Amino acid sequence: MMKLPENFETYAEARKAGFLRMKEIKDNGGRIVGIFCSFVPQELLMAAGAAAAPLCAFSDEPIPAAEAHLPRNLCPLIKASYGFALTDTCPYFYFSDFIVGETTCDGKRKMFELMNEIKETYVMQLPHSKSEAALELWKAEIIRLKEKLEDFYGITITEEQIKEAIRIKNKERNAMLGFLELGKLNPAPLSGYELGTRLDGLGFNFDMEERCRIIEERTKEVYEDWKKNYEGKESNRPRILVTGCPNSGVRDKIIKAVEEMGADVVAFDCCNGTREKVELVDENMPVYDALAKKYININCSVMSPNQSRMNYIEEMMEEYQIDGVIEIILQACHTYNIESHYVKQTVVNKGKAYLMIETDYSQADKGQIGTRLEAFLETMEK
Amino acid sequence: MEIENGYYIGIDIGSTASKTIVLDEKTVVDAFTLPTGWNGRETAQGIYETLLKKGYAASMRCVATGYGRICVDYADKIVTEITCHGRGGWALFHKNSTIIDVGGQDTKIIKVENGQVIDFLMNDKCAAGTGKFIEVMATRLGATLEEMYQMAESGNALSISAMCTVFAESEVISHIGAGEKREDIAAGVIDSVASKVSNLAMRFGITEHIVLTGGLSGSPYFVKILSQKLGSSVITDSFARYAGALGAALIAARKNTIHLPNNR
Repeated sequence: MMKLPENFETYAEARKAGFLRMKEIKDNGGRIVGIFCSFVPQELLMAAGAAAAPLCAFSDEPIPAAEAHLPRNLCPLIKASYGFALTDTCPYFYFSDFIVGETTCDGKRKMFELMNEIKETYVMQLPHSKSEAALELWKAEIIRLKEKLEDFYGITITEEQIKEAIRIKNKERNAMLGFLELGKLNPAPLSGYELGTRLDGLGFNFDMEERCRIIEERTKEVYEDWKKNYEGKESNRPRILVTGCPNSGVRDKIIKAVEEMGADVVAFDCCNGTREKVELVDENMPVYDALAKKYININCSVMSPNQSRMNYIEEMMEEYQIDGVIEIILQACHTYNIESHYVKQTVVNKGKAYLMIETDYSQADKGQIGTRLEAFLETMEK
Repeated sequence: MEIENGYYIGIDIGSTASKTIVLDEKTVVDAFTLPTGWNGRETAQGIYETLLKKGYAASMRCVATGYGRICVDYADKIVTEITCHGRGGWALFHKNSTIIDVGGQDTKIIKVENGQVIDFLMNDKCAAGTGKFIEVMATRLGATLEEMYQMAESGNALSISAMCTVFAESEVISHIGAGEKREDIAAGVIDSVASKVSNLAMRFGITEHIVLTGGLSGSPYFVKILSQKLGSSVITDSFARYAGALGAALIAARKNTIHLPNNR
């Protein structure tokens, strides 16, 4: 359903509003840590009293500058993020006390070495499997990050503080999940464009309580509107699951486009979707074990093997009554690109339509992508 | 809704040629091609005037496809060339197949079952492996497309290995500079397109039957080379360049299949 609420805040507006909040934190002597990835346990940052500034970049603009140091044939997200840092044009990077990176993919891992020359970039060594040994290593890495934070800020982080952070972050996860799960309703009560934009936008609000309040309010509002005006009026617009790489940088080109053509994007299996939110941190386990377990279970394609992602996609296809799956691959993302073989298999085995789009942040392929999306919808015409 | 004594028109505005197919309830009654030129709207208008002159326009339902499809403002419906080539290719041979459409602008691999498109793959933003590549090289060799195909038949393909049209053009220029025979260069050009198309098709996965549609289906030499590279015989016929327009006309007629003229 491609209608946006009147007071809809675009991604750019949310990002801009965040600048001011961030400056306020800074002016009041607050702590800010820049992060890239959902694998970084934000609970530790929260326990250290630091706000997490999201640094993944979605703009084409700083890419030419980044290409002075990085290869052209590299993921646009990595290039854009580095480009912002290099050209000193991202306030979130500017206000960060230091950066916490992680070894998810090769591109980011090596880019962090260059980024470290601009601002201290601490890197968590993320193992790429879910074995016992990997879990032990990851737990040690989580403790190492805690120590880094203590060392950097000259503070002591207690287990009590971490416990409290886990509780708050779990609550926030549930609130976000509740919003995303509105997509299970039929007809779709709001656009996938709004779902994604809002979640990204909230990343720029550093007050967890306020974040929850905003999203719970919107969830309630949308649900009540659906209950009153749409319940029982099932739509025959194809219901789409979007999977793959982070899609914020191509949201207009793909998600908005396909919704304008007559589909509803109702579900997101990606790092800004439900993927990180479905499993909470166990509040009854010792804190480091609980954090290690939760975060290593994220179904990112850097994990090998990654059957749990296929299982999750299957589950989502049922729960969200999916007709077709669009997989978004950002240029040169080898892990998602290769894993798309299994995703396609999973989707086709369920008798549903699958489309893979490999793209970057430029507008050069807008027309071609449009044709593919149209043809994809034509294959699903009921 | 049936149109009484009316016609179902499929218009495929490609980047190079614009194809039109006219159906009645039973059969294909007309097929014609116009060059697309530089202005899609003028081309669409030209097609309309032709339809008017031939007496089809009074009562018709029209579906437009191809990359200039939005220029056909009198169309009742717009459908992508992927779906249309799939439907048209199926109507030509009635086979569950992999349809390869090499057009002027892009190349599509389409899997079709029972007249319905199941899956497809399109080449990335690159001209290599499309008809455009041959057009550019033909200009460089001072030949028409027809001449290009004919020359290629009698040539021994020279290697053109660049993956990019611009670089491949410089390779062709160095072949010209080295005094190579035009026939051999022409064969090299066609060979290079066939390689790229077959790589794309192999990546997508091919089925038992492979159908070639689009402009290049008019070159027996290309069909032969492509069959060799795919290790499987590619079927096509002189009507295959109309596959997109035929698919569009069938969608207008809400039919899966239609009687085709024997003398096509």
